[in-house]
Amino acid sequence: MRYSFLNLAWQALRGHRDWQPAWRDAAPRPHYDIIIIGGGGHGLATAYYLAKEHGIKNVAVLEKGYIGSGNSGRNTTIIRSNYLLPGNEAFYEWSMKLWEGLEQELNYNAMVSQRGVLNLYHSDAQRDAFARRGNAMILAGAGAELLDAAAVRRILPMLDFDNARFPIRGGLLQRRGGTARHDAVVWGYARGASDRGVDIIQNCEVTGFLREGRRVVGVETTRGRIGARKMGLAVAGSSSRVAALADLKLPIESHVLQAFVSEAIKPFIPGVVTFGAGHFYISQSDKGGLVFGGDIDGYNSYAQRGNLPTVEDVCEGGMALMPAIGRLRILRSWGGLVDMSMDGSPIIDKTPVDGLYLNAGWCYGGFKATPASGWCFAHLLARDEPHPVTAAYRLDRFETGHIIDEKGQGAQPNLH
Amino acid sequence: MRIECPFCGPRDASEFAYYGDAKRRPETSGSDVSRQLYEAVYLRDNPAGRHEDLWYHGGGCRSWLRVTRDTRTHEIFGATFAAGEPS
Repeated sequence: MRYSFLNLAWQALRGHRDWQPAWRDAAPRPHYDIIIIGGGGHGLATAYYLAKEHGIKNVAVLEKGYIGSGNSGRNTTIIRSNYLLPGNEAFYEWSMKLWEGLEQELNYNAMVSQRGVLNLYHSDAQRDAFARRGNAMILAGAGAELLDAAAVRRILPMLDFDNARFPIRGGLLQRRGGTARHDAVVWGYARGASDRGVDIIQNCEVTGFLREGRRVVGVETTRGRIGARKMGLAVAGSSSRVAALADLKLPIESHVLQAFVSEAIKPFIPGVVTFGAGHFYISQSDKGGLVFGGDIDGYNSYAQRGNLPTVEDVCEGGMALMPAIGRLRILRSWGGLVDMSMDGSPIIDKTPVDGLYLNAGWCYGGFKATPASGWCFAHLLARDEPHPVTAAYRLDRFETGHIIDEKGQGAQPNLH
Repeated sequence: MRIECPFCGPRDASEFAYYGDAKRRPETSGSDVSRQLYEAVYLRDNPAGRHEDLWYHGGGCRSWLRVTRDTRTHEIFGATFAAGEPS
């Protein structure tokens, strides 16, 4: 069913009795051309673009829980393309362009809101670094504006500009950045993929790979054996566990990242703001709650919950930035598992196992990458060659020395 | 999380800095040193379950500790000085 105003009006007159489920909850068939493991945003987007852009429709998406139940449902919904390094910026800008046309593409309201992403700077050195990053963004077509303190004050008058330790000197603004509705992105891609013949199979956990020599030819799952010519892993957070089933060891640590939402208040923060002197980012949802987060907890974890020192640290960052939020109550906090790669950048590549392809290492930046990750992973799966904007996201780059380390932290995943 | 430091006793995890997988660094005299170093630096263990990791007690005795911990529950089974042999 295509959504439109006429359609909505007609259904309203009929008491909304005829709406159909947006996508099919399929049962597994014995064999597919391609299996995508992981029914989050990335996996579903991959299946969608495989069917739409490459005409490969005999595709299954396997999800161990329900679709969107992992990191797609646990992030802070920020979209942006404000990266510095050539290996990253072209990819994230391609993602931004896909976000801009996503709702028309999917005929689904993903609530993409380009309300601006503002990174604050607090010193001369940081302004120089941001000017450089802004120039890199402009060269890649992403657009950027370097604001002084007066311009920031016009947008966000409630910030603590004269903080004794970290005064706010200005910020780097990407007006095209903003937020999107995370669940709607999952459902929109699921609907688009399902309409084109993709089987979305839930409650189907992969427990092993079927091998023939050096090739994988299928998967063992909790719903039986399923064969396939190619398999794509899109299970960020658990990539090491699933890859280990194929005897692969990845340059990834799994960490827990916490996020928070406050009680709802009237419009207060117009866009997305990040604190440059700590790690704190915040935006306001359309319901009015402040959605924010900070650093990962910093130790290997599969627990999907974090510890209190990190909660305190994140809230201290918020208070240093905008003391006015101090009397708000936090409604909820939660944790998600993130693939922290060894240089802070993702991996979209073939693996040494024939027939097995990898999409992993998203650190805490996976949500904004969803459309381009799907687009480029589909390209790799369909054509056996990387999409030009992901050519640098190689699995072997750590061994060859071609790392993409935005922060220059070295091989220490909890610092990225 | 609370880590039982062998020198200081039980202390809050926020006193410690995390390094990661506690496997031994390779010998640097072998023929495939670069491969071994690559594996030691980049291909660290990342299991769901019991894991040995290195923590630095910067807020206390400044010892490097080898901590045995469950990555699914954050339960800590014990800590020893990292200078000793792996348990």
